[in-house]
Amino acid sequence: MSVRTFTLNDQLITAAAGQSILAAAREHGIAIPTLCELEGLSTVGACRLCLVEVAGSQRLLPACTTEVQEGMTVVSESPRLKHYRQTILELFLAERNHVCAVCVSNNHCELQNRAVEQGVTHVRFDYLMPTLPVDMSHDRFGVDHNRCILCTRCVRVCDEVEGAHTWDIMGRGFQARVITDMAEPWGDSTSCTSCGKCVQVCPTGALFDKRATAGGMVKQPSFVKVLQHARARKESQ
Amino acid sequence: MVKKVLIDPVTRIEGHAKITLHLNDDGRVAEARFHVTEFRGFEKFCEGRSFREMPAITSRICGICPVSHLLCSAKTGDGLLAVTPPPAAVLLRRIMNLGQIIQSHALSFFHLSGPDLMLGFGAPPTQRSIFGLIEKRPEFARDGIRLRKFGQQVIERLGGKRIHTAWATPGGVTDPLSEENRQAILTDLETADAIITRTLTAYKEMLPRLQAEVNAFGQFPSLFLSLVTPEGNWEHHHGMVRVGDATGQVLATFHEREYARYLGEAVEPWSYLKFPYFKEAGYPQGAYRVGPLARLNLCRRIGTPRADAELIEFRQRCGAVATSSFHYHYARLVEILAAVEWLKVHLDDPRTMDRRVQAEADLNANEAVGVSEAPRGTLFHHYTVDDHGLLTRVNLLIATGQNNLPMQWTIRQIADHFLRGPELTDEMLNRMEAGIRAFDPCLSCSTHAFGAMPLHVQLVGSDGKVIAERYRGGGE
Ligand code: FES
Repeated sequence: MSVRTFTLNDQLITAAAGQSILAAAREHGIAIPTLCELEGLSTVGACRLCLVEVAGSQRLLPACTTEVQEGMTVVSESPRLKHYRQTILELFLAERNHVCAVCVSNNHCELQNRAVEQGVTHVRFDYLMPTLPVDMSHDRFGVDHNRCILCTRCVRVCDEVEGAHTWDIMGRGFQARVITDMAEPWGDSTSCTSCGKCVQVCPTGALFDKRATAGGMVKQPSFVKVLQHARARKESQ
Repeated sequence: MVKKVLIDPVTRIEGHAKITLHLNDDGRVAEARFHVTEFRGFEKFCEGRSFREMPAITSRICGICPVSHLLCSAKTGDGLLAVTPPPAAVLLRRIMNLGQIIQSHALSFFHLSGPDLMLGFGAPPTQRSIFGLIEKRPEFARDGIRLRKFGQQVIERLGGKRIHTAWATPGGVTDPLSEENRQAILTDLETADAIITRTLTAYKEMLPRLQAEVNAFGQFPSLFLSLVTPEGNWEHHHGMVRVGDATGQVLATFHEREYARYLGEAVEPWSYLKFPYFKEAGYPQGAYRVGPLARLNLCRRIGTPRADAELIEFRQRCGAVATSSFHYHYARLVEILAAVEWLKVHLDDPRTMDRRVQAEADLNANEAVGVSEAPRGTLFHHYTVDDHGLLTRVNLLIATGQNNLPMQWTIRQIADHFLRGPELTDEMLNRMEAGIRAFDPCLSCSTHAFGAMPLHVQLVGSDGKVIAERYRGGGE
């Protein structure tokens, strides 16, 4: 296994070739805030919360999709990054209707947690307040588009782990929506196996158990990692 | 020539309100209007949401009575699931409502009305507050604070951190009561009992001296509405809805699902509050009073020994049907005792401790009505949902809305009694505010809006011109 050495926040770090900055940082106990990334799923670099500064690059790069290069110098905490991360979170909050107080994921929400960690005290942008539907047609689960941040974890887990590919994305930009099958009501989906993986990986209260009450939804997204490890082991036997 | 006197908004009531007094040529008060100008759109906001979210959403309407909405909404949800919650869940919801009645009545009597009652209606505004009360009557103020805290702790011990959110859910409640918390409530119950006992004694001693207020603060016959048990006794969470008149005659007894057959809702262009009335009697004569006074007037018995003895004495002192709005205060105290006694009964009931507290079910009905007694009066929730449980229509009937007209009649009576000439004297303003506070209205609740504004007093002549204007801080 070839090895890459790079500098992260003035610390010399060794990583495996092909490893992302995020994975290498985590191995060394350095936390970089993330939202769309989930261990065990492919990375898409959708949320941009994990942006880092890379010496020699004008642009900020997402740590979850950027591979470590030999000798690169990376900074993951700076006033500039803090500003960007806060802005990103504020934009998330302004884009749809996140009403924490009555949300099933209140106090257990990754978006909320990131906002608190990054010191978001208020939103400087006008709220778009779009009119978005709630789909409660499924027997056990509901989807509230008001709370979706388009991280696509549901799409990925359904495709990569469950193998059903019930979820996908329709539309572009801020009009994009997660959909089930051909944009049919979830309850009508013929591909959905009702396994509930999408609900567990959803970082907000967008996907939820129908019987959950406000603040009552505590999700366990780490099962994906465990499942993937178990599968890899079985295959290598 | 008609003169208008504007008082805007009333202090020490939750929310924002404005009063106009319409004077006739003789300078007497012809009509009083209690304007609620805040935007009321709450029912609309809920459309498209799941009924399962409603306990959490509606308990956010009002910071003063979240528990009442929570319980009423959960009960309406029971109707949509078409289930009867397990006995323990029903008892626990009752316990929470009793805790809410105690804490809310204590707030109203001691903190909000206490300064008027104990320091006098004419005391300077700087003193007529809970702080003045702490200074002048520390033992009374302390009793109020402790009693309120007791009620709040009952709620906390049941719901944990979920008070505002969703301890009560369609089908039951989320968590059973722990033995530790049951014991804790029982222990504190003794202090609460002692407080309400001595407060009742003190109030009854004071009452003869308050005869002028009793006669001027909304002394008029009206209809009353409240819940009663099937036997016609005091009830706060189940039972039937009853309407009775000032002579003690029962006009109707019905199940909440029939409320629209019996109750109409009038609208007035100058207020965002709805004006519910008893249809048979027409509008506005069919306006009725709800809350502690109505509950005591309509019940046969309370069902616990000491509260029943107090009820008998209440009727001896105030009449078989108490018609003065001033007696809301007295009724509140009797109800606190009733709640204390009933709490003990429920906590000693072995069914309360059953671990089964939730009936699991899917949607089984498209429409349901729930009813519960909030401390300030009967609360109705009416939901219509689609086949997936998304709300298509929401209608809420709230205590302050139902008390709306009687409150205006009370204001008119007080104003007419104390208004001399076109001037807004402090004496009159103070008493009008106190008259409204007797009803314990919670306007942020009944209009579903937030925030308060500073007191704005306007004197408007018949030509529509503002003759005089006065601003007072809203936090007095
Ligand atoms: S976590 Fe890297 S872009 Fe979302």
